[in-house]
Amino acid sequence: MAASTHVRRLASPTNEPVYVRWILILVGLLFMALFLVLPLVAVFSEALREGIGVFVQSLQQPDAQSAIRLTLLVAAIAVPLNVVFGLAASWAIAKFEFKGKAFLITLIDLPFSVSPVISGLVYVLLFGSGSVLGPWLRSYNIEILFAVPGIVLATIFVTFPFVARELIPLMQDQGSGDEEAALSLGASGWQTFWRVTLPNIKWGLLYGVLLCNARAMGEFGAVAVVSGKIRGQTTTMPLQVEMFYNEYQSTAAFALASLLALLALVTLVLKTALEWRFGDELAATGRGH
Amino acid sequence: MEVRVQNVRKEFDRFPALHDVSLDIKSGELIALLGPSGSGKTTLLRLIAGLERPTAGKIFFGDEDASEKSVQERNIGFVFQHYALFRHMTILENVSFGLEVRPRATRPPKAEIRRRARELLDLVQLSGLEKRYPSQLSGGQRQRVALARALAIEPGVLLLDEPFGALDAQVRRELRKWLREMHDRTGHTTVFVTHDQEEALELADRLCVMSQGKIEQVGTPDTVYDQPQSPFVFGFIGESSTLPVNIERGDIWLGDRPIGISSPEAVGPARLFFRPHDIELVDGDAALSGVVASSRRVGGTRRVELDIGGAGHRVEIDLPFDHPAGERSQISFRPKRWKLFPAE
Repeated sequence: MAASTHVRRLASPTNEPVYVRWILILVGLLFMALFLVLPLVAVFSEALREGIGVFVQSLQQPDAQSAIRLTLLVAAIAVPLNVVFGLAASWAIAKFEFKGKAFLITLIDLPFSVSPVISGLVYVLLFGSGSVLGPWLRSYNIEILFAVPGIVLATIFVTFPFVARELIPLMQDQGSGDEEAALSLGASGWQTFWRVTLPNIKWGLLYGVLLCNARAMGEFGAVAVVSGKIRGQTTTMPLQVEMFYNEYQSTAAFALASLLALLALVTLVLKTALEWRFGDELAATGRGH
Repeated sequence: MEVRVQNVRKEFDRFPALHDVSLDIKSGELIALLGPSGSGKTTLLRLIAGLERPTAGKIFFGDEDASEKSVQERNIGFVFQHYALFRHMTILENVSFGLEVRPRATRPPKAEIRRRARELLDLVQLSGLEKRYPSQLSGGQRQRVALARALAIEPGVLLLDEPFGALDAQVRRELRKWLREMHDRTGHTTVFVTHDQEEALELADRLCVMSQGKIEQVGTPDTVYDQPQSPFVFGFIGESSTLPVNIERGDIWLGDRPIGISSPEAVGPARLFFRPHDIELVDGDAALSGVVASSRRVGGTRRVELDIGGAGHRVEIDLPFDHPAGERSQISFRPKRWKLFPAE
């Protein structure tokens, strides 16, 4: 071009000036440091303040041990069940047309919009001694409230939307063309599900499972209402953290809290590692999560 | 395999998509279901496949009633407009899928499955791409993989739903030719859906023209083009113009003028159809005459739009490209080949 001797650098219309960019980045970083990194660092430093020996010791006391075991048990029941429920619900919503679909979607979102405390209270009203079901269950010696079943139920309720919410848009986006193709090639319903549907949604499913698990282990409100906080029996890790803290056992509280924080970090690392390792395949399945 | 569609009706939520459709598909033929969107052509294809259930009517594969059979039992090959390849499988795995999901008793050994899949990839000219994933192929290549995958189960009928709809014009033409060659070589009974009349006319042995859930006409491309049986077919296949006319004592009149053609058997108001190239220029009174409204070059001819009379009727005719007619000049012509349909 003839005019190229005098090149004026035109700013791209989608680019902000340098100083604006730096300010925006700085604000973002500051916010992150203040609200995410600092608390995390605080948890770990508090936990390790009296040395690694005390840290290990406080995790080894029976109350902490039983809290860890109970949390793992609850997650081990709630997460698989919610995977099944979530898969079934999103399958129904994405692949079929039926009346009341919008209502079902709203219903699935309900646990997100209801305060966890209320979710817990619902179970107290349902199974408590003043309810219809309570005395009947008692007569059969079935304990739900202030026992493990109640905690599991409350956790399932609170974590219900994670898997379904992750899968519904993904499955709606993919449509049912692949399934129809598999059926036309002679595959049975099960074969279609295992060989076509599941591989298509596996990354979304895994993501949903990770989030669901993190929440199942970390849930406080709903569990607090139904657990009754019986030491060594119905206290999950978050409840035990609170109990330790209220009893001025701050090292023990932070040691247990650091385990929960670690879980969050592991979840993040796992997710990133999976994305990095299977990046190609992720792109191939049309999902850039 | 022969396929017979017998008085099939299909409703979606009480909304009729097909009314009482019957169609005989001959063994080994390549037939096109042609129509505008919403004409029910894809619904008919999916009913034949078993991906939809008819509200009423029956579908026969050979002498066997297939109406109650599931899609798996019908042994059809289905090719989708958007390929529907399995994203997480390689090309070879995609083509092998239909054989690998067979029950153990009828499943060929693994080596045999691989061999057949490779053979099919060779047939669709994609050898060497076995290990690729669908996302690494072009649209044309993907559709050929989809076809190989459908052929792998040795289907009795091959059903293609707008197979070239998502491809660009160049690739479309190539694949069209290639599909015709494939069909001539393998001899599968093939039904394909398209809204592209050029594609249908070029590719198919027979056309089934559909509109608003009904079959308008079935016949060879020549029959459908030269002897359209309904105003819809005349208007949909090829170019055409229409005028409201009146027939008195065998002569055809437009308004108060005879136009120089006659139809002894018809009486009263009717609609006259003719194609732009089926006309002759004439001098004299007994003709259609109009004023040139616009003209444009189409290939070796000049397509001219004429305003006929005062009633604002507009028709299109073809003139030799060196015809001197300019804007606003008067042209008289008569249709050489035409057809009358009852007035609406």
